[in-house]
Amino acid sequence: MKQSVVVLEAASAIESNSINIISETKKLKDGGYRLVTMSSADLGESIDLLYHFDQDLDLVNVRVNVPKGNKTPSITSVYPCAVLVENEIKEHFGVEFDGLPLDFAGMLYLDEEVQKTPFCKIGVNRVETQKQEAK
Amino acid sequence: MARTVLPFGPQHPVLPEPLHLTLTVDDEIVKEAIPKLGYVHRGLEKLAEIRDHTQMIQIVERVCGICSFLHALCYCQGIESLMKVDVPPRAKFLRVVWAELHRIHSHLLWLGLFADAFGFESLFMQCWRIRERVMDLQEATAGNRVIISVNVVGGVKRDIDKEMEKWILESLEKVVKEVNQLRTTILDDYTVKQRTVGIGVLSKEKAYELGAAGPTLRGSGIAQDLRQTGYAAYSELDFTPVVETDGDSYARTVCRFNEVLQAADLIKQAFSKMPEGEISVKPKGFPSGEVVSRVEQPRGEVLYYIKATGKKFLDRLRIRTPTFANIPPLLDMLPGCDLADVPVLILTIDPCISCTER
Repeated sequence: MKQSVVVLEAASAIESNSINIISETKKLKDGGYRLVTMSSADLGESIDLLYHFDQDLDLVNVRVNVPKGNKTPSITSVYPCAVLVENEIKEHFGVEFDGLPLDFAGMLYLDEEVQKTPFCKIGVNRVETQKQEAK
Repeated sequence: MARTVLPFGPQHPVLPEPLHLTLTVDDEIVKEAIPKLGYVHRGLEKLAEIRDHTQMIQIVERVCGICSFLHALCYCQGIESLMKVDVPPRAKFLRVVWAELHRIHSHLLWLGLFADAFGFESLFMQCWRIRERVMDLQEATAGNRVIISVNVVGGVKRDIDKEMEKWILESLEKVVKEVNQLRTTILDDYTVKQRTVGIGVLSKEKAYELGAAGPTLRGSGIAQDLRQTGYAAYSELDFTPVVETDGDSYARTVCRFNEVLQAADLIKQAFSKMPEGEISVKPKGFPSGEVVSRVEQPRGEVLYYIKATGKKFLDRLRIRTPTFANIPPLLDMLPGCDLADVPVLILTIDPCISCTER
């Protein structure tokens, strides 16, 4: 249904997980959906990722909960345009995406001087994460 | 010749806003383009945690000056859904009027900047001269030229009386007449066509797959426009998206040119069907829940994700702007083009970096 505003009730977003997200997005792409964007929210112990898809203005939302410190697969193999938004979420919330083809290493928007992930309620240390990655 | 890496922007004479690309060129042919954002990154979304949901209207209006009204509209209709507020019908029509005035002035601003990008300065001045009429209308109806700040949760702050309506319609007739006078220059001129026809072709399939938005999407033949969902009062107006099929820079120009005329027609329709009555209702309490709200800005679809828990401050506000969506299609268009066409191609997506880096 064509809608401008979609209130997300308990069952209105498809619940998925890091293991199934690639197959879920493949299914949607085969069904003719395009990726609108991704959103994220800090839940304390974990980060909520919302993938927004759309076909003929009908919005479908897929939710994945990623515990802090865990990795989740990048969907760029299915939707290459996800590369920027995944880098943005990595930078702002510290979520690591496995298989990012173009990794800005937390420098898409921010500079090295920003020590912690700025959009988390309690920021994760960005500098340490980058050093670990470099090793 | 060996490949050369060129920094393009963030400060560049032709760019209206600081987009930064790292271009790899072979002779003068672009082989690869990598974006770098952050030059004007402000982190406005984070302010939702320390400003209440009504103060956030002033903040989202400042995400972008050119489409400030549309940002506030998208945000307000999301909050209204969470608070189950029924906006009065007159307010919905007034929202259409201001939204379309924004579309006209944004597209005329773009047409002028686009003409300036390939050195057509007299066309630039003509477009901006016409645009001034619309800025005057915004100032007269809302008190401000750019950030008109009329949206509130539950409706709008200001009404438009009959006398003002008559003046707006007369001014719009002049705008339409003057824009039509520029039609031959913008769409049939040899120089303009040389710089736009067949340049930066984005196929229908690529536009869809890469998540293009607005005239960048519709210029490639996809009839998708959020106004088709009927938000505000669009459901009561006769509206069909403007679509072009060639997918090149010229098609995107034609799209925006025709949308200026269509916007004037939508304002006329809105006034003819506008009911009398209240212009706002006062909401009670605080929003609670999660909502995704989308509207059609001049540059394309904007998305707001709002999460609230019934407290004074929102839990999360996320904004996806149309330029952010149009960067992957731009990166697809650039390889293979001449270095001289890069500024023109960047401008065909009507980039707003202030929006993108919010």
